Amino acid sequence: MTAALIVGVVLAVVSVLLVALPFLREPTASDDRLVSPDESQQRRLGLAEERDRALAALKELEFDHRTGKVSDDDYRELVGPLRRRAAETLRALDVRATAHG
Amino acid sequence: MADLGRLSLVTCLLLLIYAVAGGSFAAWKRKRRLAQSAQNALIASFGVTIIAAVVLMSALARHDFSFQYVADHTSRELPLRYSLTAFWGGQEGSLLLWLLVLCGYAAAAVLTTRRVARDLLAWTVPVLAFVGTFFAFMLVFVSSPFATQRALADGAGLTPSLQNPYMAIHPPMLYLGYVGLTVPFAFAMGALLSRRTDERWIVATRRWTLAAWAFLGVGQLLGAHWAYVEIGWGGFYAWDPVENAALMPWLAATAYLHSVMIQEKRGMLRVWNMVLVTLAFCLSIFGTFLTRSGVVQSIHSFSQSPLGGWFLGFICILVAGSILLIVARLPLLRSKTRLESLVSREATFLYNNLLLVALALTILWGVVYPILSEAVTGQAATVSKPYYNFFLHTFGVPLLLLMGIGPLVAWRRASLRALGRTFLWPLGAAVVAGIALLAAGAGSSRIGVIAYTFSVFVLASIVLEFVRGTVARRALGGVGWAGAFSSLIARNRRRYGGYVVHASVVLLAIGVTGASAYETVRESRLKPGQSMSVAGDRLVFRGYQARTESNHRAIRALVDVYRGDKYLGRYRPGKNQYFAEDEVSNEVAIRHDPLTGGDLFMIADQVNTNGSIDLKVLQKPLVNLLWLAGLVFVGGSLIALWPDAREERRLAARYADAAVRI
Repeated sequence: MTAALIVGVVLAVVSVLLVALPFLREPTASDDRLVSPDESQQRRLGLAEERDRALAALKELEFDHRTGKVSDDDYRELVGPLRRRAAETLRALDVRATAHG
Repeated sequence: MADLGRLSLVTCLLLLIYAVAGGSFAAWKRKRRLAQSAQNALIASFGVTIIAAVVLMSALARHDFSFQYVADHTSRELPLRYSLTAFWGGQEGSLLLWLLVLCGYAAAAVLTTRRVARDLLAWTVPVLAFVGTFFAFMLVFVSSPFATQRALADGAGLTPSLQNPYMAIHPPMLYLGYVGLTVPFAFAMGALLSRRTDERWIVATRRWTLAAWAFLGVGQLLGAHWAYVEIGWGGFYAWDPVENAALMPWLAATAYLHSVMIQEKRGMLRVWNMVLVTLAFCLSIFGTFLTRSGVVQSIHSFSQSPLGGWFLGFICILVAGSILLIVARLPLLRSKTRLESLVSREATFLYNNLLLVALALTILWGVVYPILSEAVTGQAATVSKPYYNFFLHTFGVPLLLLMGIGPLVAWRRASLRALGRTFLWPLGAAVVAGIALLAAGAGSSRIGVIAYTFSVFVLASIVLEFVRGTVARRALGGVGWAGAFSSLIARNRRRYGGYVVHASVVLLAIGVTGASAYETVRESRLKPGQSMSVAGDRLVFRGYQARTESNHRAIRALVDVYRGDKYLGRYRPGKNQYFAEDEVSNEVAIRHDPLTGGDLFMIADQVNTNGSIDLKVLQKPLVNLLWLAGLVFVGGSLIALWPDAREERRLAARYADAAVRI
């Protein structure tokens, strides 16, 4: 019983210490704001996701074409818009990077 | 010791309440240190739950009957391994396992993402902690495993069907699956609450979802095998509500795993994915409610159960809260792209989603209807095998076919000419297989022929995918066949791991069809020396053999099996009489045929006092493919789960470009 209580008290103290750790480490934090992407970063993230999607779609199309799932005609028809979209997102990301830089 | 257990659970509850309240306030007011503190509380809750679990485990190992739980679920003569697995043999222990696994998952999710997805995590932590708070509350106030009494001389023992080695692995696997679905749900809700509906929540939870889904799948297969070898009725799945409880979230999670790929590749189905991840999680909680509230037995045991009302309230809060949140964030979830063609890979994914969800919901209705009818009319309606089989055939067979069609269709759209080229071989193989099956006499079951023909089609399309992919990869130059094959898989583990999982589903379909559509059943009363014939095998009953073990008396019938004049061996179906539990269990004997993959399944239905036996024998063709499917499923899941350095680099570049950390 006593041993159990001692272990219990130690448990509670350790838990409290762990929970209080961020405040014990930095009792007076100069900046206590939670960092999160601002609006511009959010837009860049959206563009980066869009770029990755377009590039992945191009790769998929190439692969589907090589494995015979996409005919030559379909390939020619589909590849143009995908390349354009990839280029547009790349350009938009560059513009934003330059603006930030 | 019970005090330490109780204290640990109270500490856990307080930590989780703090994580909910402190975490929500921190996320709302953007307080960094408070958010970290809430995360630490969640991590600490895992530590204290481990202590509670160790206390219960140690009481079970010591047969400390001053613990009510230990006295209710073990006895002195119960072997140690079953005393330990009785941890999850009862309600209170199961809830503790839920909490333990949840806190473990939550701590691991926090530790692996706290440096890289801070803004998402800020709201994810309170959601995870909210779910944990419910279970900790139940364990502290409603259903404690640490309730004590004056120590009894002996306990009530463990239900005989739970005295099986599968008890050590099947429930933990299921719980790892059920509870694991909390992580993607919490991140999805975190994304909605923080208004960060980009793909980071999907990226952060990809592996967690896949792992939870794989655990749930393996857990169900282990459960099916357990039922097959232990319950003694000759089947592996009885559409029991408790079995359905695991199947429903698995189906919803399967739909989610497919549709989330469409979001990643095309930016579509964003609302649908939120709905699916919520559905999968809510069904996992509903499954726990089904198994723990007593509602399955009757509405009366539900109303008497201390858990039922709490669970129902919790499920209502979850469903209402999730729907409100999704509706409130609809403007953020609008897709910019649309489906280009109804004949495309993404369209087949969509059809697959509709069928999976329809199957899950019809199963849900089959589970809920008897409960509702009893609540309304006082009489429980029965929803039995024909209802479930009808919907399994209606939705499951087209699903099987779609598994073969999907890989053959290109993304975006496919022309007729290209389709003709890619479908040629799989379709040819399916037609040949269908004709061969009919010629071999398999036409006795129409659904059997359809299922097998579709299975051949799917397997052919999977093989073709690997072959065409390897040829295309090799054509790029620089590698041999083996190099091309391994590089094909390494470059797209999720896709090719997925194909291996599809192959396992085909094996499962073949096994289930063989064991149900082409099963032979014979029953006979035999005196010693008499025989019966089943599907070409002759079984001769030779008499009985009895022995007494520490906690039961076993009686076994001696049955010699012959094929023609060839002696195949002696088998011992029988019964066990458990002393402490005062129960009798069926102990079946199974003859596996490694060449055909079939089983001869023997049940001693009745052990008669005049020395005769009522022997029931089932011949189940191809049933062992079910268990082989389990191994292939694990292999496919591991391929899909394996870390992909190339993908990690791509994601790192994406977030570096966007100047955010995931």
